[in-house]
Parts: sequence; C-alpha cells; structure tokens
Amino acid sequence: MVEHRPILTVLTHLVMLTGILLIAFPIWITFVAASHDAIRMTQVPLPLWPGDQFWHNMKITLLGSGLRGTETTPVWWMMFNSLVMALSIAFGKIAISIISAFAIVYFRFPFRMGFFWLIFITLMLPVEVRILPTFEVVANLGLLNSYAGLSLPLIASATATFMFRQVFLTIPDEMLESARIDGAGPMRFFWDILLPLSRTNIAALFVILFIYGWNQYLWPLLITTDADMTTVVVSLKQMLTAAEATPEWNIIMMTALLAMLPPILVVVFMQKLFVKGLTETDK
Amino acid sequence: MLKRVHFPPSILPYLLVAPQVAITLIFFIWPAAEALYQSFLIEDAFGLSTEFVWFENFDALFKDPQYTGAFLRTAFFSGAVAFLSLSLAIVLAGFADRVVRGATVYRTLLIWPYAIAPVLAGALWAFMFNPTLGIISYALEFINVDWNYKVNGRQAMALVIMAAAWKQVAYNFLFYLAAMQSIPKSVIEAAAIDGAGPIRRFWTIIFPLVSPTTFFLLVINAVYAFFDTFGIIDAVTQGGPANATTILVYKVYNDGFVGLDLGGSAAQSVILMALVIAMTVVQFRFIEKKVEY
Amino acid sequence: MASLTLKDLYKSYGNTEVLHGISGEIQDGEFVVIVGPSGCGKSTLLRMIAGLEIISAGEVYIGDRKVNDLEPADRDIAMVFQNYALYPHMSVRQNMAYGLKIRGISKKEINRRVEEAADILEIREYLDRKPRQLSGGQRQRVAMGRAIVREPEVFLFDEPLSNLDAKLRVQMRLEIRKLQQRLGVTAVYVTHDQVEAMTLGDRLMVLNAGYVEQFGTPLELYERPASLFVAGFIGSPAMNFLEAKGQPDGMLQLENGVVISGAKSEGPVTLGMRPEHLIEDTEGPIRIEVSVLEQLGANTLIHGTLEGTEREMVASLPGIHQLEPGRVLGFLIRPDELHQFDSKTGKRL
Ligand SMILES: Nc1ncnc2c1ncn2[C@@H]1O[C@H](COP(=O)(O)OP(=O)(O)OP(=O)(O)O)[C@@H](O)[C@H]1O
Ligand SMILES: [Mg+2]
Repeated sequence: MVEHRPILTVLTHLVMLTGILLIAFPIWITFVAASHDAIRMTQVPLPLWPGDQFWHNMKITLLGSGLRGTETTPVWWMMFNSLVMALSIAFGKIAISIISAFAIVYFRFPFRMGFFWLIFITLMLPVEVRILPTFEVVANLGLLNSYAGLSLPLIASATATFMFRQVFLTIPDEMLESARIDGAGPMRFFWDILLPLSRTNIAALFVILFIYGWNQYLWPLLITTDADMTTVVVSLKQMLTAAEATPEWNIIMMTALLAMLPPILVVVFMQKLFVKGLTETDK
Repeated sequence: MLKRVHFPPSILPYLLVAPQVAITLIFFIWPAAEALYQSFLIEDAFGLSTEFVWFENFDALFKDPQYTGAFLRTAFFSGAVAFLSLSLAIVLAGFADRVVRGATVYRTLLIWPYAIAPVLAGALWAFMFNPTLGIISYALEFINVDWNYKVNGRQAMALVIMAAAWKQVAYNFLFYLAAMQSIPKSVIEAAAIDGAGPIRRFWTIIFPLVSPTTFFLLVINAVYAFFDTFGIIDAVTQGGPANATTILVYKVYNDGFVGLDLGGSAAQSVILMALVIAMTVVQFRFIEKKVEY
Repeated sequence: MASLTLKDLYKSYGNTEVLHGISGEIQDGEFVVIVGPSGCGKSTLLRMIAGLEIISAGEVYIGDRKVNDLEPADRDIAMVFQNYALYPHMSVRQNMAYGLKIRGISKKEINRRVEEAADILEIREYLDRKPRQLSGGQRQRVAMGRAIVREPEVFLFDEPLSNLDAKLRVQMRLEIRKLQQRLGVTAVYVTHDQVEAMTLGDRLMVLNAGYVEQFGTPLELYERPASLFVAGFIGSPAMNFLEAKGQPDGMLQLENGVVISGAKSEGPVTLGMRPEHLIEDTEGPIRIEVSVLEQLGANTLIHGTLEGTEREMVASLPGIHQLEPGRVLGFLIRPDELHQFDSKTGKRL
C-alpha cells in the first residue's frame, strides 16, 4: 500500500489475525469437542485443546448408529444421501438451465419472452416462503422420501438460467454465424462451441450449487420421514434435540464436523471458481 | 439481449425450455397459486368444510399481535445481522486490501463459514453458549453475566444474531474485498499525496467508492436474514423462549406444520412472497445500475 | 467456382428498408469489392449472400442455383469475419477442420487440405496453437485458412483487415489478392476504405444508403463517376466540386463569374475537378487564391479558395513548390477531365 510504516503493517496483520480467530473459533471448538471422549465433554469447563479420541470418534460416528437411545442410520449413509441430493441439485439445475438459456438466446420462437418471464419469476421465491403448498404438491405426486422429491423442487430456480443467458450474450454473434457456415446445427453448436466456452462458468456454478444443495435443511426435514432418507445436515438437528437427554457432544460435534467438511473442502480447494461463481451469479 | 442471427424455427427450442418450464409450473406456479387460493379460505377445526372468506385471513393476521410482533422482530433481526456482518466485513476487507503478500491466505481462512449450513452454524453457537456446558457461558460467569439463552429472550435473540452474522461475514468480505481491489491504486495514491492518512482515506475515499457494494449487500443480507436463517433459529431456539426469536419464516413453518392453520399460514406465505418480490425488484434495479456504472 | 447473381434484392428490418433493390452480376473468378460509407448496408448485403440474413425480396444465385432458401452451410461459400470469429477453445488445426468434419469428409482428406492451406498461408508452425496465442495478423491468416479448406464457390469477406495496423493491412491486402488469383475463386469483399477497394477489386460496387451508385472497374469509377457521390468517394485527395451555370452559348459560368468552355446543358450544374487534373497555367481561367501548402514530396497539395469566393479548392502539382499564402494561381483543366453532374439528381451529365 501507500505507506511503508512498519507499525501499520503490524497492525494490519494483527487485525487480520484477530478476525480469523473470531471466524475460526467456533470451528476450532467443534474440532476440539470432536476429539475428546463423552465423559470429558460433560465436565465444565470444556477443553480448549484437542484430545486423542478424534479418530475413534470419527469411526463410531461414521459407522455407528448415532446417539445412545436414539438409534439412527449411520452417518456415512446420511452423508451419502446429502451427496446424492447436492449432486442432483447441482447437475439438475445446471442441465435444465443451460438448455433453456440456450433456447432463449439462440432461437426466436413464439412465447419466447413468456417463457423468459415465467422462469424469471422463480428467481424471486425461495422455497422457504412457499413451503407448505410445495410440500402438498410433492406429497400429491408421491415423491415424499425420495431423492426426486428432495431435489426436484429446488431445481426450480432461475439464477442459473440467468447466468448462462449472460454468458451466452457475451459470446460474439460471429461465433454462431461462422458455425452455421461450417454447417453446425443447433445441437452441434451447443456441444462443440457453447459448452466448451462456458466450461469455467459451469464449474463455478457447480461449486455454488453444490454448497447450496448440501446445506439444504428445511426442505429435506419436511419431506423425509424415513430415517434412511435423512441427510446429514438434518440429522444434526435431530441429535441436537436428543442432546438434552444424551449429551454425547463428542459424537454430535463430530457429526457437525463431518457435515461441514465437504462444502468447506470445495470452497477452499476451488476458491477461484467459488469466488467467480459467487460474484457472477449475484445469488 | 437478442442475437442478430438465430437458428431456423423448429420445435427444438420448446423441447429445450420444457424441463425448466415443467419444473417451474409444478413446483412453483402451482404451489404459489395454491397458497394464494388457500389464503382466502378458512377451514373448520376438523378439516371437513372450508369457506371462502376473502381477506379475512390477512385481516386477522394484522390484528394478531403475535404476527405484528414477529414482523417487527424480523425487521430488527435483519437490521442487526446486516449491520454486524457488514461492519465486521468492511473492516476486515479494508485491512486485507492493505496486505500485499498473503492476501489469498487470509481470504482462504476467512471465507469458509460461507460453506457451513445455517443449521450447523446454529449448532456450533448453541454449543459454545450452552447454558450449562458452553465454553463461552463459562467465561461469562467470570464477568458476572448470568447467561441462559433458554429462558432469557434477549440473550436468545443476541445469540441467533451473532450466529447469523458470523455466517454471513465471509460473503460480505468477499464482495467488499473485490470492490476495494477494483479501486484504482492511483486514486488512493492521489489521496495520500493530498495528505490523507489511512483512516481518513478509508472514510473519505474507499467507503464512498464501495457504497454501491454496500447497498447491494444490504439487500442481499436482508434477504438472507429473512429467509436463510431458518436453520439457525431452528437449531438454537426453535423460536423461543416465548416466541422471542420467532421471525416470519419460522412462523410460517410453525403455524403451517405444527399449528396446522392452513389459511393463516398461506396468507403469511403470500405476504412473504410479496416481500421477496419487492426485495428482488430493488436488487435488480441495483444490478442494472451497476452494469452501467 | 461459380458466378454470383444478385437480382433486385431488398432488405427490411421491421418497417425500415435498408436495401432498396440491389442487382449485379459477378463473374466466375472475379474479385468484387462492395464499398460505401458506414451504415450503407454493405454487411447486410454480404450477409444476405451468405445466408445469415433473411432476404426480404429478390433472388441470389450462385452459379445457376437459386440459394435464397438454402442454409449458409449449403451455399458453398466461406466467410471471413472482421473479428475472425475463430473458435477460442479449438486449436488452429481444429478451427480449420471443423467445417469439414461436420460435412463428414475423411480424416485423411481433412489433414491434406488443412496442411495445404497452412502451407499456402505459412501458418504451419502454428497449427497446434490456440487462437489467443496468435498475433492479429496470424489470426487473420487462420480465418482465411478456415475459408480456404472448404474449397468454396464464393469467398465472402466482411472488412477482414480493419482490426490490423496500417502496415499489416497493406501487406495482407496484397496477400489476399494474390491468394484469390491463385485459387481463381470468386470473391466478394466488403470495406469502407476506398484505397483498399481500388487496389483489390476487379470491379467495385459503390453502395450509398441502400442503393447501388455505380458498379464498375476502378478505372471506370475514377474516370467516369456515375454520380456526385461516387465522384466524391473515389480518389484522394477528394474531387473539387463547384457550382456553375450552363449558358446558351455552350459556356459554363463559374461562381465568381469566370466562364470556361464545355457546357453540356443549360442551367445549373455541379462541376467536378480532381486536384491532380488541374494544370498550372498563368493564363488559366480557374484562379485559386493559395492559403495552405501540403508538401508530400512527390507532389504538393495547394489548398485555397476560388478567387473572389469562399469555395474551397485543392490542386495537386507534381514536384516541390514554394508559394506564399495570398498568391493567386491560374489553372486549366482538359475538357474530358471536367466532370459535370446534374445539380438536382447528382447524376452524371
Ligand atoms: N438487426 C438490425 N435491425 C435493424 N436495423 C439494422 C439491423 N442491422 C443493421 N441495421 C441497419 O441497417 C443499415 C445497414 O447496416 P450494415 O451493417 O449493413 O452497414 P455497413 O454498411 O456494414 O456499415 P459498417 O461499415 O459500419 O459496417 C444500418 O443503417 C443499420 O442501422
Ligand atoms: Mg459492416
């Protein structure tokens, strides 16, 4: 920056470190709690330093059947459910929105703007505000306790369509013209030119949508009554409720840790794409 | 927004929009219409007969102190979350912008709360502040704070605000940092030559220049606090104690799924939809402006 | 290879008509340049030939095939765009091969054609690079390579050189011309640069506001411009125009009252004199008061006004001349180099 006064540099780093401590503290506590045995986790004050039970806790959490007294499906299975849901939402959204954006940008057809507005409206409404009627619709369709019911209603959002529309509009017209002179039909143009040109946007969107899908809570909570279909995020809340009776905080916090791990890994390792996705979809 | 050249007309574009449109119709238009319709109905206690009552449900809502209370509470909650997370984010971004080396490392370490589900964030904070076990509650005892958010409504509210703000700092930080990094270095240098110190520069140059971002983030944060914090509330307080943390989304869910008041819940849904639409319009106005900018 | 026939082409966007009946025959192997000011409809015309723009009325024939309803890919044409429109994610080789692959041409044949074209254009060493790793001139060559490998009946160019710097533009201009002669292919080339047009074209089609002003060889356009517009557009420095009146005795009266011979009609006419056709002569009737000199080395441009008027005139004299401002020089012009236009319609008399 402009000044080169060391005191300012030191201050800057001090503030940043404080900020990071503040942001990271809850996660540290989670990690510490997940590394002690259940007894230690009932003694006040709770530890601030990790214990030696981390791998053991991970094993019993992943493979065991939850807290004593409230036997549930093992966490690895719920993580699998979460993964299926997150991937279906991410791929589903990307797939249906990229083709509809393609139609809207590259074709001229009756009701084109009608479709556009129809899709636009969905941009506005998060599932939380129309939760009950959507639940009824899904129930009527017999989709409760199914992966389809978990993911389909969340695929209905216009954000991705909008982003792809934006991306396509920045691709020069001549690209299409020259493809047409080369004899490429619509689908060929889509596969050979549009998809490769949107590759990074697809990846960026994927990162955002994966996190969105993995972190869904209210919707899976409502439509999965079958323990085998529960996602790990939902199960954590159930454990939290059970904790009043069985305070096995080491297991609960280990579950929390496992539940937040995949999206955190995605964010940290695909940071560039993540930032791009976040800033370009404008949510 | 139109391409100069299009593919020749065929049935293909209809096939291409069909999946999106089908899903929109089934999972959005249909439920929304249903909500609208139900908001005009009252069902008797046994669900045997329904009556069309026009705006009676809405009328009842606004006469219900519980509902108006939830409304005000939501406004307070959103304002507090936005203020807290924005101020923290802008300070951190302001300093991070000064860091020459290692900025990416700081960014990496700051952004991960974004990836954490709201309900998990709630769980983490509830654990830290657990009245009997929590590590912070323990610390608070030393400064003579009697901490029990399970009975003290204010404390409960403070806790969900902190948890919600904590999760949102990462997002705001990213946008602020990007905005600050796009300010030309020469502008800052010119101010420095004019004799403005770092703090003064921040308030008179950087802060005004990132104000479009601030406005944008205000809207985004409001939407977040209104709708995405359901998980936090449900994990930490379930709207309690004594409804002290019942915000609008929580009430829709509670009245509909727990209280089974279909008409009332539908009316609440309709009001929320109107709110989101209003916010989205504001947000789009802004995005349009930003493009011109 | 084939001839190209345009029959009374019209183009409208909604209610605004931008081309008003364009006709012309382009011979097999001919290089035709469409030239005109910005917005006159050059690109639109070219894109109608390519099939990228719907033809509102009229017909386009390539050889003796009517192509109005054919897809661009089926018209046997190739096009080079102003921004090249190379596929950014494909290598040079893939860019050139793409159209051939779609047509189902064998791999061996594709390779043969790509390499042949690469040799002609001297881009062999770049075949495996991506477009973004190439300079502007190299991209330009790739764009042409992509057109060549298709072995089309007709080459279409839309201002292909306007993204290059001046020096490269001149060089590529020559290369395009050589290439076209070597391949013997029919070419239609759009530009708004008259120098480019004059040096490249066997014939030029001058467009103005959606009408053909003139369609002829560069020399015809220079020597016998069909209208005021063409006369002013072709030639540099631009032709001098002055108002005059045809007298019953066959003389022309200039704005300052001076008379010269050679009237073709009575009444008001617009005279056109190319600066290089004004011959200095102390007795000359066309008298110019000098204001500024431009020394170009080989010749000198003399800017001034027609004596006694405000009419700006330019004369170009061979060699170096030193004149102080305010001097009055006399000039002559040969009758066959004096152009006369109807003042109202702008048509040549
Ligand atoms: N899609 C369109 N809709 C409406 N009018 C158009 C459209 N495309 C072109 N025009 C109009 O048609 C006229 C001719 O345009 P065209 O692109 O052919 O000009 P041009 O001669 O190629 O100009 P330039 O030298 O600037 O490229 C212009 O007046 C333009 O405004
Ligand atoms: Mg043009």
